[in-house]
Amino acid sequence: MGKTIIDKLWESHVVAKEVNKPDLLYIDLHLLHEVTSPQAFAGLREKNRKVRRPDLCFATMDHNIPTVDRFNIKDETSRLQVETLEKNCEEFGIKLEGLDSQKQGIVHVIGPELGLTLPGKTIVCGDSHTSTHGAFGALAFGIGTSEVEHVLATQTLWQNKPKQMNVKIEGELGYGVTAKDVILWFIAKYGTNAGTGHIIEFSGSTVRSFTMEERMTLCNMSIEAGAKASVVAPDEKTFAYMDGKAYAPKGNEFKEKCQEWKNLATDEDAVFDQVIEINAADIEPMITWGTTPSMCLPVSGQIPTAESASSAEEKQSIKNALSYMGFKGHEKLENVEVQHVFIGSCTNSRLSDLLEASALVKGKEVHPGVRAIVVPGSQSVKKEAESLGIHQIFLDAGFEWRDSGCSMCLGMNDDIVPEGERCASTSNRNFAGRQGKGARTHLVSPIMAAAAAIHGKFTDVRSMLQNQNPEVDRYVGI
Amino acid sequence: MSGFKTHTGKAASLKRDHVDTDQIIPKQFLKKIDKAGYGEFLFYDWRYHSQDQENPDFELNKEETKGSSILITGQNFGCGSSREHAPWALKDYGFHVIIAESFADIFFNNCVKNGILPIRLSEKEIQQLYTDGSDTVINQLTVNLEDQQVINEQGDRFDFDFDPYWKKMLINGWDEISVTLQYEDKIKQYEKERIVS
Repeated sequence: MGKTIIDKLWESHVVAKEVNKPDLLYIDLHLLHEVTSPQAFAGLREKNRKVRRPDLCFATMDHNIPTVDRFNIKDETSRLQVETLEKNCEEFGIKLEGLDSQKQGIVHVIGPELGLTLPGKTIVCGDSHTSTHGAFGALAFGIGTSEVEHVLATQTLWQNKPKQMNVKIEGELGYGVTAKDVILWFIAKYGTNAGTGHIIEFSGSTVRSFTMEERMTLCNMSIEAGAKASVVAPDEKTFAYMDGKAYAPKGNEFKEKCQEWKNLATDEDAVFDQVIEINAADIEPMITWGTTPSMCLPVSGQIPTAESASSAEEKQSIKNALSYMGFKGHEKLENVEVQHVFIGSCTNSRLSDLLEASALVKGKEVHPGVRAIVVPGSQSVKKEAESLGIHQIFLDAGFEWRDSGCSMCLGMNDDIVPEGERCASTSNRNFAGRQGKGARTHLVSPIMAAAAAIHGKFTDVRSMLQNQNPEVDRYVGI
Repeated sequence: MSGFKTHTGKAASLKRDHVDTDQIIPKQFLKKIDKAGYGEFLFYDWRYHSQDQENPDFELNKEETKGSSILITGQNFGCGSSREHAPWALKDYGFHVIIAESFADIFFNNCVKNGILPIRLSEKEIQQLYTDGSDTVINQLTVNLEDQQVINEQGDRFDFDFDPYWKKMLINGWDEISVTLQYEDKIKQYEKERIVS
């Protein structure tokens, strides 16, 4: 029987295999940030342990940092956490791209950008959105702080091999429908625990046609479907993206590696535990209405009522979500007004996301009732966008243009949505309190967020694309 | 870490599905650099209306759940962020066992690494844990990890599955890193053969 890409990635990293034990897996790349690492370093220090392979670790700060006046961290505990990371990296000899670095950014944006993320690698980070790196054909998953400490000390992890799911997406996406809508649609249909205990391979013609940025968006939110990890087989697009990246192999070595990476693809006769087939044409621009990513509807949808629930638990959870989100039920999503728009996060803050959104806002103005911010995923993305004049399009329209960081995705810094106000957000979680206590988050694609910024309410972005504006069309994959 | 063999205690019922780690411990409490003292922030936005005002309706604020050491909940408990602050907060609050219909993967691992026993039981089995005539109160449960059983007040026994390796680690309270460091030769060998760089 043939092997899946997941089998191949797994088997090539097994250090020890024993009966009645998980496999001991080797970790090729360990990404670190300020929030989930301090206790791990403290644990090493307590036991007088070293970092086994500091050369396979890489750190940045992203969760806590300000996106305005970035060197001036006013919150004392945030500052202490950032300084602790600096001290730990220095003490243990770990490479850090700090606040003063042009390479700093959200850890899941800079890994690929710097060529640290490569096909065939095992990658971990104390952050659930580590799944993002699977877009390159790497086995990448989020871990807790105890596991961070274990990887620092041993460069390995004990892991039971999860089940495998093939999610095949076939056909062409509709006009104005993006990778973000695909993953939101998937979670809406199959639920937030559809992937629990599984690693997903995303395959099919739609996925093959996706750019690397789109594949990253897809894999990024597979954790919101509960998956341990997700992966896309590397192909020519992957290789073209990696070519010339700072830490990627160069010259002949790169060519040889590409050959090796091609062999990672799932064998034709490989068997998955579960297969889900999706027709891309069924997918529409999506908006979450509630407090889990599965509470999500097409833009044309109507908010449900508790009566539509199939169980007592579901009824209660819809009731709670409606109350938190300030809905009665039956409202049309398209008429819902927003007060905030956030374009950013490890899901949607890359150059292509900013290009698409900017093409839509060009020459228009942010609605007077809306505060809109753009937070590039990295300082490199920011710089590149500025060299293309993208920042000016946003600024002219009335958006704020910030420095990079996780920002309003989780509001650990000052970028918070006030209680009772709504935010159209390109981030990944709409949990209660995520963007601020009482904040109401609606997850959308970057172009849907841009459309909401201009109209002050949710708008079917497709109605704005009907002019066949070539500049917009180019960026929405038409 | 001390070993986990059996535990007997009062259980608190949190009849909710998909409780995410943002609810277990909100982001504003993730800025500390140590592992201690998170219990007071557990379920913060549910437990408190404001800084000094408790929400009397929240399950864990009710008199009958005070002093609980076992938490009973629904599907997909601990979904979302990988923050280990969630099990740190649960443990610091006093929970030793969590019984749920299912858990999110990262959260499950994080519990085991902190000596909290996460147990999967079916919805039907969970219903039978409640004290007779109640759908909120469970006066006493006993959990035996060696036999992999949950025992209710009536003496009914419910078997649960548990990975043999993590069972051994939990029962003995072993430090996982110390165990792995005994594999140093194999790790070195792997690095040599694969030239990891």
